[in-house]
Amino acid sequence: MVVDHLSDSEVDRLFHALADATRRDIVRRAITGEQSVSELARHYPISLTAVQKHVGVLEEAGLVVKHRHGREQRVVGRHEALRRAQRLLEEYEALWRGRLDRMRALLDEDSRGGTA
Amino acid sequence: MSVTAVVKDTERLTMTMVAEYDVTAERAWQLWADPRQLERWWGPPTYPATFVEHDLRPDGRVTYFMTGPTGDQPRGFWDVLEVEAPRRLVVQDGFADEAWTPVDTMPSNRMVVDIADREGGGVTMTVTSTFASLEAMEQLIAMGMEEGMTLAMGQIDAILAG
Repeated sequence: MVVDHLSDSEVDRLFHALADATRRDIVRRAITGEQSVSELARHYPISLTAVQKHVGVLEEAGLVVKHRHGREQRVVGRHEALRRAQRLLEEYEALWRGRLDRMRALLDEDSRGGTA
Repeated sequence: MSVTAVVKDTERLTMTMVAEYDVTAERAWQLWADPRQLERWWGPPTYPATFVEHDLRPDGRVTYFMTGPTGDQPRGFWDVLEVEAPRRLVVQDGFADEAWTPVDTMPSNRMVVDIADREGGGVTMTVTSTFASLEAMEQLIAMGMEEGMTLAMGQIDAILAG
């Protein structure tokens, strides 16, 4: 979303999201490492609810991704989130490659007259 | 190699894998329908799976535990959503506690299996997994699967070579 083709409304959302100093600061922190919303709130003289609203605006603009970790709401830069998803999917792929290869080994036993 | 295609979508958190086998759809279905066969491929050699319940019908339940290298025994379950033997299976795969109750704080992922006949014989098995969140994927991988897999790869090679 951040790269490639942005529609006019997406560009509007992006500029609107970045037109606020607190939101810019949240982005800066979220792209250097995952933050919990309550951790973030400590940096600003505003309520937790207000911080959550800012995070919501940033999420809609595709700049950050929010997720739940136990009881905590956590925020991470979108690019980092995609990179993590990529890494996890690669690990998951390895898991399934193993499973599908073991299936083959099992099916091969049939033709060798082994137990099925 | 069994796997002929892999499609990963980091936005939607899905992964689709396609494998080809030179068997009938009925035979391929048995890999899922027979718990003793499932046990031989579900877990890596370092985390073998033992299936306890195996009711492969819509609204049915499948329960299993895995045994890790340190004796840990994480429990899992499938909520069976769709069954069309020998073609299609849809389950929700999740973690359970000691009493086999699904653990809410632990992730579950949806798994769709499609078995289709290939022209000229054999089947294509397509497995699609969808995760609810990044967090869900991270917890799944943290179940010792990562280490398990690295070891498993070596052992698979040994099995195939033998």
